[in-house]
Amino acid sequence: MPLLELKDLTVSYGRIEAVRGISLTVEEGELVTLIGANGAGKTTTMRAISGIRQLSRGSVWFDGKDISRMKAHERVLAGIVQAPEGRGVFPGMTVVENLEMGAYARVFPTKAEHDETLARVYELFPRLHERRDQVGGTLSGGEQQMLAIGRALMARPRLLLLDEPSMGLAPMVIQQIFRIVTEINQAGTTILLVEQNAQQALSRSHRAYILETGEVVTSGAGKELLADPAVKQAYLGVA
Amino acid sequence: MSVLLLAGGHVLAGSMVSAFDIGALGRNFWALTVDGLTYGSIYALVAVGYTLVYGVLRLINFAHSEIFMFGMFGQYATLMLLGFSPSGNAYQQGTLMTIVYLLVAMVGGMAVAGGAAVGLERVAYRPLRRRGAPALVFLITAIGASFVLQEFVHFVLPKLTGGNLGGVNAQQPIRLVQATAQFHFGNATVNNVEIVIVVAALGLAFATDRFINATKFGRGIRAVAQDPVTATLMGVSRERVIMLTFLVGGLLAGAAGLLYTLRVPSGILYSGGFILGIKAFAAAVLGGIGNLRGALLGGLLLGVMELYGQALFGTEWRDVVAFVLLILVLMFRPTGILGESLGRARA
Repeated sequence: MPLLELKDLTVSYGRIEAVRGISLTVEEGELVTLIGANGAGKTTTMRAISGIRQLSRGSVWFDGKDISRMKAHERVLAGIVQAPEGRGVFPGMTVVENLEMGAYARVFPTKAEHDETLARVYELFPRLHERRDQVGGTLSGGEQQMLAIGRALMARPRLLLLDEPSMGLAPMVIQQIFRIVTEINQAGTTILLVEQNAQQALSRSHRAYILETGEVVTSGAGKELLADPAVKQAYLGVA
Repeated sequence: MSVLLLAGGHVLAGSMVSAFDIGALGRNFWALTVDGLTYGSIYALVAVGYTLVYGVLRLINFAHSEIFMFGMFGQYATLMLLGFSPSGNAYQQGTLMTIVYLLVAMVGGMAVAGGAAVGLERVAYRPLRRRGAPALVFLITAIGASFVLQEFVHFVLPKLTGGNLGGVNAQQPIRLVQATAQFHFGNATVNNVEIVIVVAALGLAFATDRFINATKFGRGIRAVAQDPVTATLMGVSRERVIMLTFLVGGLLAGAAGLLYTLRVPSGILYSGGFILGIKAFAAAVLGGIGNLRGALLGGLLLGVMELYGQALFGTEWRDVVAFVLLILVLMFRPTGILGESLGRARA
């Protein structure tokens, strides 16, 4: 049984269908990537999984249950946590307060468990510890992305949704972010990643789906897709 | 700013006022300051309700003035239930019992106002939100709700209470405290009523500030104000935050209702929230709407400035001063003194 399954997922903005009948699965422990150009429907799909976009058709299944009608804030408690596109750092809150927002829905049985989770986030992102009392709006782009991912981890997700974590970052920082994403996955967290940086994403994913204008056009193992001539031409800038 | 205010006042006053009575301002400076701070602390408590709701919904809840009015009637009804009846003289209960009765009356006022605020949100605003109504519809609804609440106290409440509460005229005051001088401050005399009002308001303001800035629920409110979509992704229920925000604003307005009746015992009237509500709104804008500390500062400032203005231009100009001040702030610093810190990020 897959941890996440989308069945014929369709999402519309008014009369325009941004996502047109996507079906995909993510198994427990996997790192799966959605690749596609701007407007292919990647972010809309992520928003539908988190419940902040209504479906016009199809369903979202999580851990064997149909959660299509579950409210967005309840899905966080169920274990689906997203670091959204554009990072969504609360600009007027300090780094610590932002991290605590990640743990908002979660009730830790003991304070020790809470502190342990926070310590683990700081271990992954030592920079966040250095900047813990700084206000979110004053962080650099890379630091904000670290904060967005760290904040999501504070909820102890079963499924982590990462929407374009490399967007607008310098190549060095992108490397670092991808390394940490792989590390989080290897430590046991299932990840669904949306990316435009196909090279990095495909080489690090177990599997990937390629979206075009709201539909899945290809899918397969990350390394296979990386070698596919059609994919190379369309997404890797190789003629 | 004070130069501008004087210049503006001169133009407005024109031939109606022969000269500014600078002497009166100088002679009574400390007395005016004390009285201004007393009114100002009441404005501040009411202003918090406007500013918090604006922060999470970008809505000016014009019916908030009626929530304050419900608070005045709520504390009055509580005192009646405790066996007090309107009387020309103050009840002599001894200091301890007076404080107890004041606290009970305040809790009564807060409960009524808090309940009314949450009820208002449920009945008037939530259905509109579900339907995704445009901002203008919310605004008109707020004004409509304001009339409904006023007329409820005007016409319905007397029928429900056998004429004991509500109606056309102001309630005869139930006075627990006789204002008596306590100490001198500059050349002003400070009385017990003023002390109670300022101390209670500062205590509530401090508690509210801690609640918003240092608790989990307060963090949820700030998260929704700064970025509602991401807040939802963090597991914050926006609906619950909205309810909580109305509740906090209502509780403070209810407490303000009690404090106001201590200062103005004859003010318990169905239309008695209107002017005070608009001034509290002005105070919220003055401090920076959406900004909690701005609302508190704006309230105190407005209270003091309007009494200075009153001394300069005459009693009938008091309300004018408050609104001229508001217009000047909007002209020269539209985001208010402290800016919109609860508000959304300005990229």
